[in-house]
Amino acid sequence: MIQVRDLHKHFGDLHVLKGINLDVNKGEVLSVIGSSGSGKSTLLYCLNSLEQIQQGSVHVDGIDVHAKSTGVNTLRQKLGMVFQQWNSFPHLTVLENVALSPRIVKGKSKEEAIAMAEKQLKHVGLGDKFKHYPNSLSGGQQQRLAIARALAMEPEYMLFDEATSALDPEKVGEVLDTMRLLAEEGMTMICVTHEMGFAKEVSDRVAYFHNGIMEEIGPPEQLFGSPQSEHTRKFLANVR
Amino acid sequence: MFDYNFHWRPVLKTLPDLIQAGLTTLEVAVLSMVIGIILGLGLALIRMHMKGPLRWFTVAWIEMARNTPALFQLFFFGFGLGAIGINLTPYTIILAGLSFNCAGYLAENFRGGFQAVPDTQLKAARCLGMNAWQAYTRIVIPQVFKVIYHPITNQMVWAVLMSSLGMLIGFRELSGETQFFASRTFRIFEYFAVTAVLYYVIVKIILAVSRLLAMRLFRY
Repeated sequence: MIQVRDLHKHFGDLHVLKGINLDVNKGEVLSVIGSSGSGKSTLLYCLNSLEQIQQGSVHVDGIDVHAKSTGVNTLRQKLGMVFQQWNSFPHLTVLENVALSPRIVKGKSKEEAIAMAEKQLKHVGLGDKFKHYPNSLSGGQQQRLAIARALAMEPEYMLFDEATSALDPEKVGEVLDTMRLLAEEGMTMICVTHEMGFAKEVSDRVAYFHNGIMEEIGPPEQLFGSPQSEHTRKFLANVR
Repeated sequence: MFDYNFHWRPVLKTLPDLIQAGLTTLEVAVLSMVIGIILGLGLALIRMHMKGPLRWFTVAWIEMARNTPALFQLFFFGFGLGAIGINLTPYTIILAGLSFNCAGYLAENFRGGFQAVPDTQLKAARCLGMNAWQAYTRIVIPQVFKVIYHPITNQMVWAVLMSSLGMLIGFRELSGETQFFASRTFRIFEYFAVTAVLYYVIVKIILAVSRLLAMRLFRY
């Protein structure tokens, strides 16, 4: 389980997160929505220690993420991350992209790592692309590659940072389908997203962020159906 | 008006010696490039990531290597160090001078190369649990090498041509050897003409090898 307590994050003078409290249970799918600059992505970066925090705490399965004694490289194996810009490694084939970290980080044998990579690539529908280089893939395929790469580390949580925002409209569906598949398989997911349809259908809970504050959190029916906060109402009225 | 008689025979007779000297040239250039790449990578990383005296030192190195004549740098390792009692062999002088010079130029190439690789690549690698060393050696540096591959090839050509300065410190690489024979036979024009052709061939070989290597290395 992920526990966030009174989390504050500053970038210089900019107060990006202003006291976030949040629990994410195993098996849960949480969507985080809100306008740009509301601190949604920063929250994800604080969860896997890509960003340092100034106050509060984040615990993942009881491990204090920002404690000095915590080994971030071990911790990050629990938390798969998928970025907006899919960040495939251009100098490695699709298969190598996925097999590299199981081998060098987890210390698996070459055969095991390749077997794992093949399994995950088939899982996301890239079973026929093993020998290709990423630049020959479409954006949607590269994003699915990024998902497979994260899954190959057998993470317990998946963090999606606007995974579909940089894609051509017709490629959004295939990535959302993959994310839906993961959710059905019971993966714990935190999805920062602008896809209201996805948030509504797939998530167990939806959180709305506004100016570094979590304005509202609840089941999708509640948040989309009868939003409590004025800001949430305004935001939803605008995106519809 | 034009009463110079060409005599190519002495040149052809010593051609094996010239080719041997050409190999020495190649050897010095390759070695100083290998040293230059390692040092240049180090200089670039220090310049980008460190503060304080070590960084000042690397900046001074890069500035001097790039903004003073290569000949003066060579003289420093030869006559400069000689003046304070450190006498290096001509081979060491040319190797040190070329490595110093190449490292300075390559450091700036590396710096540009690192800036060309988006820092999100590093982030993505770290998110997969790689430590900084793994992320750099497996993800970032291979991409940097692609960016600066052609500048490295240029530098290699430059190293071959610049090694001809060795002749001025008594090192018998291709130019030194040519000078030696030319002054013994007085067939100065002939010797230097043939040597120019040899340099041309060496450079063309390097470019061809570089192109083949690029095809093997960068299939993406």
